[in-house]
Amino acid sequence: MTATEAPAIEAGHHQRILDGLRRSLGGALLDSVLERGDLWVRVERAAWHQAFEAGKRQLGLTFFSFLSGIDWQPAPGLSGERTFKGEEADEAEESADEVAEVRTGIAGGATRFQVFARLYDVRRHVGVTLKADLDDADPRIGTVTDLYRGADWHEREAWEMFGFTFDGHPGLRHLYLPGEFEGHPLRKDFPLLSREVKPWPGLVNVEQIPAHLDPKNQPAPPAAEPAPVDEAAPAEAPAPAADADGGAG
Amino acid sequence: MPDWKKAAYIAAQAADARVNVELEAEGMTLNIGPQHPATHGTLRIVCRLDGEQVVWADPMPGYMHRGYEKLCEVRNYPQINTLVNRIDWLGSFCNEVPFILAAEQLMEVEAPERAQWIRTIFFELGRQANLILFLGDVGTQLGAITPVFLAFRDREHVLNMIEAATGGRFHPNFDRIGGLKDDLPKGWLDETVGCMQRVEDFCDEIEDLMIGGTIFQQRTRGVGVIPAEVGLEYGLTGANIRASGVDWDLRRDAESPLAWKSADWKVVTHPDGDSFARCWVRLQEVRESARIVRQLCEGLPSGPIMAKVPKIIKVPAGEAYVETENPLGVMGYYLVSQGGLGPFRLKIRTPSFNNISIAPWVLRGVYVPDVITILASLYFILGDIDR
Repeated sequence: MTATEAPAIEAGHHQRILDGLRRSLGGALLDSVLERGDLWVRVERAAWHQAFEAGKRQLGLTFFSFLSGIDWQPAPGLSGERTFKGEEADEAEESADEVAEVRTGIAGGATRFQVFARLYDVRRHVGVTLKADLDDADPRIGTVTDLYRGADWHEREAWEMFGFTFDGHPGLRHLYLPGEFEGHPLRKDFPLLSREVKPWPGLVNVEQIPAHLDPKNQPAPPAAEPAPVDEAAPAEAPAPAADADGGAG
Repeated sequence: MPDWKKAAYIAAQAADARVNVELEAEGMTLNIGPQHPATHGTLRIVCRLDGEQVVWADPMPGYMHRGYEKLCEVRNYPQINTLVNRIDWLGSFCNEVPFILAAEQLMEVEAPERAQWIRTIFFELGRQANLILFLGDVGTQLGAITPVFLAFRDREHVLNMIEAATGGRFHPNFDRIGGLKDDLPKGWLDETVGCMQRVEDFCDEIEDLMIGGTIFQQRTRGVGVIPAEVGLEYGLTGANIRASGVDWDLRRDAESPLAWKSADWKVVTHPDGDSFARCWVRLQEVRESARIVRQLCEGLPSGPIMAKVPKIIKVPAGEAYVETENPLGVMGYYLVSQGGLGPFRLKIRTPSFNNISIAPWVLRGVYVPDVITILASLYFILGDIDR
């Protein structure tokens, strides 16, 4: 996808920003998407600081909205992939998770980690989301705190939540978490402990419902046997449920 | 006390503070919070003092960090709606709207016009409930006890209207992808128009009693001045940046399906950028908000309140960022969906996080009583910082 395909509706300011960034970054601007009245630009890691500098000094993007990260690695056991199979099934699941495919989002991406930030122009009322790919093994990128002082806390948050390092940041230390905390909670492979120790209680659920609790499984056995006798169905309803419970246990 | 005990004590204090306490004879470290009335919850601020002046101040959020961004990855869209209600708990409905709008944008669903108008009404009622409490609370923090009683009294009228329609005083959970949960009850619109009169009376009362008073102005004028460029760099939004003379309000300046543009109102700014300006702008915003609600109640279109949406909500893959002008400032949701029942990643941009990140800059060199004034006028809610 390139910007040339983008609709021209109200895109004047976005197009101007995109042209300005392309002029100052050249080939370091990897991809851009202009749709639904919003602009995404993916730049090379080395040009991250340069993109912000151009945005602030030349393009009037004076307002720093936020900076954060994305981990594109699909989470093991979250977002519906995992069903409750008991402890013995865990190992098989973990090996299956290894091959899960990484799908990156808008404006593409080449690596597992991405850092993204949003700048805004308060005069022309136009915003842009900047993205950059980070190295899988050593996610590291230059800081923008010298341009936007407000990036300080956002970079600290991304550092503790994703483990990104921001070179040149004046003091990368914990913001939310206690100092001795280990791990990076917003990485997809960081387990959410409350979900590990207890399967989700709701029936309408992101995760699949355990088989022995699934209402869909319960009418199935009686439907196979007494299918011709319709009037007896309400009376027999409790019995198959107990049967299904016993079978699963 | 023997020397080693002293040293151990100091080391323990320093470790606890997680900041480099330099062991010099001069100055002291003052720890404000986490349980200080001026912290609206549990914000802790470590101040290094030289006499009465602050050398540096370091806010330490995180005592209320609930990990919403992680939790949202394991919930489906209706469940998240309940969750995000708890971010800014004084204006809960306003938290729901940008999230729902982001999901609607990806699903290419648009709520009917009546639903958008009712959303706007509740959005503004949430703003009033939030800012009325601010106007009372800022008085308490400056040593005036009366305003907070007036604020709690009159906020109740607004909360009653929210409760009458949604069933929830604080957490309406009323917004749905594609529309609203219910239509308004009979007679609600007239009641609400009457309620707006009470809100406007409250504004007059608080202006006479506090904002217009000499003592209040002497405590707040010229204290904690934030220039517009610095505010923008730190990402200040809402009344904080409008009090620095930046004429920017997303209700007017952004494309939004909500009905703000159908009402006649104005964006209030103030050129000074000090604590007084921030309080004054919020006071005027409550008035403008009451005007908006009154007009919307009188011109509310009829029609359905729910668009056609599937029973099980799946949002197509894509990314959307939607922000709205919430009571505290700009709140945005960066929604990344991969087509599942829940988001793949949800970045929540909360206004208080940026608004309070300026504290180290603005608190440098001020006097200790002004620390409270400045924090009160910056106005943060802990749930909104920590998420």
